[in-house]
Amino acid sequence: MSIPPEKQPGRVAYINARLLDPATRLDQPGALLTDGETIADFGPSLFEAGVPDGIQIVDCHGACLAPGLVDMRVQLREPGEEHKETIETSSRAAAAGGVTAMVCLPNTEPVIDDVSGVEFIARRAREVKLVKVYCHAAVTQGLAGEQLCEIGLLKEAGALAFTDGLQSVADAQVMRRALSYARTFDALIIQHPEEPSLASGGAMNEGEIATRLGLPGIPRAAEVIMVERDLRLVELTGGRYHAAHLSTAEAVDAVRRAKAKGLRVSCDTAPPYFTLDETAVGDYRTFAKLSPPLRTRADCAAIIAGIADGTIDAIASDHAPHDQDSKRQPFAQAASGIIGLETLLPLSLALCHQGRLGLFDILAPLTYKPADLLGLGAGRLRKGAPADLVLFDPNRSWTIQESKFRSKSKNSPFAERETKGWVLRTVVDGRPVFIAED
Amino acid sequence: MTAPSPTILLRFPHRHLLGIRGLSAAEITLLLDLAESYVDQNRQADKKSAILRGRTVINLFFENSTRTRTSFELAGKRLGGDVINMSVSTSSIKKGETLIDTAMTLNAMHPDVLVVRHADSGAVQLLSEKVNCAVINAGDGSHEHPTQALLDALTIRRRKKRIEGLLVAICGDILHSRVARSNIFLLNTMGARVRVVAPPTLLPSAIEKLGVEVFHDMRNGLKDVDVVMMLRLQTERMHGSFVPSIREYFRFFGLDYPKLEAAKDDAMIMHPGPMNRGVEIDSEVADDIGRSAIHEQVEMGVAVRMACLDVLMRHDMPSNRDAGAGR
Repeated sequence: MSIPPEKQPGRVAYINARLLDPATRLDQPGALLTDGETIADFGPSLFEAGVPDGIQIVDCHGACLAPGLVDMRVQLREPGEEHKETIETSSRAAAAGGVTAMVCLPNTEPVIDDVSGVEFIARRAREVKLVKVYCHAAVTQGLAGEQLCEIGLLKEAGALAFTDGLQSVADAQVMRRALSYARTFDALIIQHPEEPSLASGGAMNEGEIATRLGLPGIPRAAEVIMVERDLRLVELTGGRYHAAHLSTAEAVDAVRRAKAKGLRVSCDTAPPYFTLDETAVGDYRTFAKLSPPLRTRADCAAIIAGIADGTIDAIASDHAPHDQDSKRQPFAQAASGIIGLETLLPLSLALCHQGRLGLFDILAPLTYKPADLLGLGAGRLRKGAPADLVLFDPNRSWTIQESKFRSKSKNSPFAERETKGWVLRTVVDGRPVFIAED
Repeated sequence: MTAPSPTILLRFPHRHLLGIRGLSAAEITLLLDLAESYVDQNRQADKKSAILRGRTVINLFFENSTRTRTSFELAGKRLGGDVINMSVSTSSIKKGETLIDTAMTLNAMHPDVLVVRHADSGAVQLLSEKVNCAVINAGDGSHEHPTQALLDALTIRRRKKRIEGLLVAICGDILHSRVARSNIFLLNTMGARVRVVAPPTLLPSAIEKLGVEVFHDMRNGLKDVDVVMMLRLQTERMHGSFVPSIREYFRFFGLDYPKLEAAKDDAMIMHPGPMNRGVEIDSEVADDIGRSAIHEQVEMGVAVRMACLDVLMRHDMPSNRDAGAGR
């Protein structure tokens, strides 16, 4: 595939914008100028005297102009399962969702546990050239949970963090060594926190609904035990640790206490864990099968409280494309996970519309906070920073429609849901990668 | 019995029989009353009627079963239908696509009823969404086994002359038991009081939310009960995974005369079969014809399944296609 010749984006003036920068808590009407790939200037008085000739003008009509979203947890299925998703289709989905940078898990086929895997993702991202695509590499070779990967070489090649993806690093000694060894390179270890011996065979949250449906349950303790164990290992090693997609109140609490102690720990969650609870499973609805499973209403409230007080550092889409054959199965056999790139922003904004969180409370974990965790110079409105931007109308209502998803797989429990928050334009390195049709 | 009464249709508005949950007391009573009439038919020399003449029933079993399949087969044949047995060996199914594919394939042959057993909870419902014929759940995973609960109810009603107000103890492996769930739903709907008796490792979490009283001691659990329902403990669960050993299980949870003393003098004993003698039930108790209703349960099984086939078939009469609604 040949790369089309570069066309310099030139200078673009975004006028009549509501400038939003979660890092500095800037929320002001104003304008922003991009020059080539970077932000040249912005502020309330920029272009007060009009836009000079030779600068392309984008009239924002009062819509919000913010740093593009940084999604630290997606599955791309390329290489290996291109019938479910590709870097190109997921990039289109990301662009439509206002995501300007995404980081994929290493659970591809082959697994990203080798420098060549990291380089493959980077090359494909350059060829597709829509949003920025990065990857996490595996902690252990082949995700087998035994031998450490070449953390140093992989980091040098561009891997942002290290995780065994959907699998826990179950062996405490292996986790201890990973955290310990990763300190050499100040590398971040991301854990899918679930004690496998408690979760094995489980299909949904353990409790009354699982009992009624006759489905094997996964107790909440499976998550809490693994988080608490790992936090002890962080104390022991001084490593940098991140707990992915927290779903229980107790796990959020454990991270909160660890942060208060000064440990270098962080965590994220995903929209389904504050939007839906276990009742969404209904009569064996496999689109509501996730890993970790959807929990209770009280857990949703605790997740929201964790976002509010900053315990939860990031909101990721946890994008997990699956084709129909993987989901049209008896519940216990069906694949776990839902797509999320195109619903990340509206589902997060819902917390603002419900009056539960402020706009910055949800934009911070969607932009500069995950960017900082991963060492990306993104997620901020800053002169000289890459012009990765999202322009959105937070109040425009729309109905999520399965047929409109850009993602190759359509597995979302949110289809037909009324939502608010409409992405008008997504800009990466000064180039528009998505412009809403109307 | 020969001319289908249209009122039955209005009183049983379901296209499929997927579970007890969702059935009303009136609908359950209707099935039991109809089954009662088939008990009489089955005891005559000529056991055959023509209600299912020209109809095809396929027994589709993804999990081994001799008793249930035979019972459905007899039920279909005694109603004059053509019955085909199809066993899909579990080793050949790795993915549910096979389940859907098999369903679609059979559907293309225009059966009138599919009787389905599957090892996964919810699998029968999933299959019912893909076919045009009536579907009867013959057991799905740990979810439901509605015809077993109906035959248990019929057995109880014939012996005790009522269900409402009875005290019933269900004992043993509740965790993995679809029979237990269907029975809990049915007995609660019909106004009985239900207890479950098992070690905590064999009880699913939040079981009390299903409207049962929980006991971990047989003598306490059986105190003053009218009915004792024993459940089968699978061999692979006897040796340390859920209970430490057979002898320990039998000592504390096996039904024998000393434990049975706590129950009412006329308490009846039930077991869905096949029994593990000396594991969950002592042979002496199992074979006590005065108290054990185990063989009667098998007899009621055929009658209840005839009633279910009968009721569902009435929906499928061309003139009644619009009357059927619901599941």
